[in-house]
Amino acid sequence: MLYAILCYHNEDVVGSWSKEQDAAVMEKLAVVQDKLRKQGRLGPVARLLPTTAATTLRKEDPPLIVDGPFAETKEQLLGFYLIDCKNLDEALETAQELGNANPGGSYEIRPVGVFDAGGAVA
Amino acid sequence: MTDVAWIDAALTAARPQALGALLRYFRDLDTAEEAYQNACLRALKNWPQNGPPRDPAAWLIMVGRNAALDEVRRRSKQQALPDEEDAISELGDAEGEIAERLDGSHYRDDILRLLFICCHPDLPATQQIALALRIVSGLTVKQIARAFLVSEAAMEQRITRAKAAVAKAGVPFETPGAVDRSERLGVVAAMIYLIFNEGYSASGDTSDIRAPLCEEAIRLARLLLRLFQNEPEIMGLMALLLLQHARAAARFDADGAVILLEDQDRGLWNRKMIAEGTALIDKAMRHRRAGPYQVQAAIAALHAGADKPDDTDWRQIDLLYATLEQLQPSPVVTLNRSVAVSKVAGPEAALALIAPLEQRLSGYFHFFGVKGAYLMQLGRDEEARVAFDRAIALATTTAEAAHIRMHLDRLMKEGTPRAKAAKSGG
Repeated sequence: MLYAILCYHNEDVVGSWSKEQDAAVMEKLAVVQDKLRKQGRLGPVARLLPTTAATTLRKEDPPLIVDGPFAETKEQLLGFYLIDCKNLDEALETAQELGNANPGGSYEIRPVGVFDAGGAVA
Repeated sequence: MTDVAWIDAALTAARPQALGALLRYFRDLDTAEEAYQNACLRALKNWPQNGPPRDPAAWLIMVGRNAALDEVRRRSKQQALPDEEDAISELGDAEGEIAERLDGSHYRDDILRLLFICCHPDLPATQQIALALRIVSGLTVKQIARAFLVSEAAMEQRITRAKAAVAKAGVPFETPGAVDRSERLGVVAAMIYLIFNEGYSASGDTSDIRAPLCEEAIRLARLLLRLFQNEPEIMGLMALLLLQHARAAARFDADGAVILLEDQDRGLWNRKMIAEGTALIDKAMRHRRAGPYQVQAAIAALHAGADKPDDTDWRQIDLLYATLEQLQPSPVVTLNRSVAVSKVAGPEAALALIAPLEQRLSGYFHFFGVKGAYLMQLGRDEEARVAFDRAIALATTTAEAAHIRMHLDRLMKEGTPRAKAAKSGG
């Protein structure tokens, strides 16, 4: 069974970490990740860029593009994609295409800052 | 997460919102700061034992408010009787307004107000920045003094004077209307850009000391953008700061001399900052409401997107500078545009573009540096030498002078120099 572990934290606090503090956390996480990698259990790992870089596509009719992250509490996270895109316009185009196939709800489009493909997941 | 350093990070993160709310509540900067300090002291005692609260800002606001009210009560008991009656009835009124005054939905205007009072027009830019770093960012006077390369006593005096001016001017407490809010936003954005420039314009030997100013400006810009998520100019500002700061590690050599953009080791550029800056400018441009920060960020993004100098899209950069000239006409913008023109149409065209600027930029180091470089490319060595001599006389840092001297040396050594093009920013 594959499990997704979704990371939540206070962005202001994480953004106030010093470089040393940030690096210390990443180092400790890398130890766990390496263990998982050796066990062949590590899938893709991503550190997303801050929510200030996010755009949200509300899959209404017509679709609505708004700045900022997904902020509703009445809808729940049901899945995610990782797509390679030239720029935000292409990412939005792709999201619209997906939205046409599955209307309703929203997609939050967020650039990925750090990515490790892992390897366990074919 | 009970280590003091981690608590510090949580306090720093909560500071603008907490102090902003306390300022709205007490309507006096000194009282608000004192209340906030008290709350922080209690947090340092309380959080290691009980763990940090879920909402640190709300915790600090309530604890800070209560501590200050206790203090008022204590003082009023020590005073003579008639005063006591007044103080108590005032206090009763204050308690009655708590719900309204500490309403969390005001936090956006609270933080904007906190930033805005630092931008008082009577304050010179250096005092505005110092005040913002002290009040909003919570840097110590010692840290600020170090970044500005002045003594702690001088900085203390500067901040005290700035605070007095702010107190005298009075703090605008009414909730701003849309026009006021947008005006405040513009003023605050300009101040954040000044903080960044204070760090960015450092010379090589001081760049490490002053880099925290750039980082703090980025943190404040991010704070502002979180509050105003759909303002393209704030996205542009944030993008511009990230894209410029991304080059920090490549801008100076080991001796502290400037390395021009096209000579920089692009492997040292911070890819993550470039990715974020580029994503932000993409986002901003979708609004089709161009502004100076966006255009400058778009130019920086084109530089950042070129794997090697020859890949730079100078034609697009030239067009963007033309837009910037319209949005914000200034001889310095035209001077910068000339670099793109020299790449697209040659040094002769660039010289023609800057010729009318000479009178207005007669005291500007970069004008003569750039002019000398174009002349050198055209093989007009004698004129180039004159321009470089002017530049050296006008240089404000040793790194600037050293850079021009390098050109002069090249002119002396080589008969027909094939020098690199002019400075296009570091």
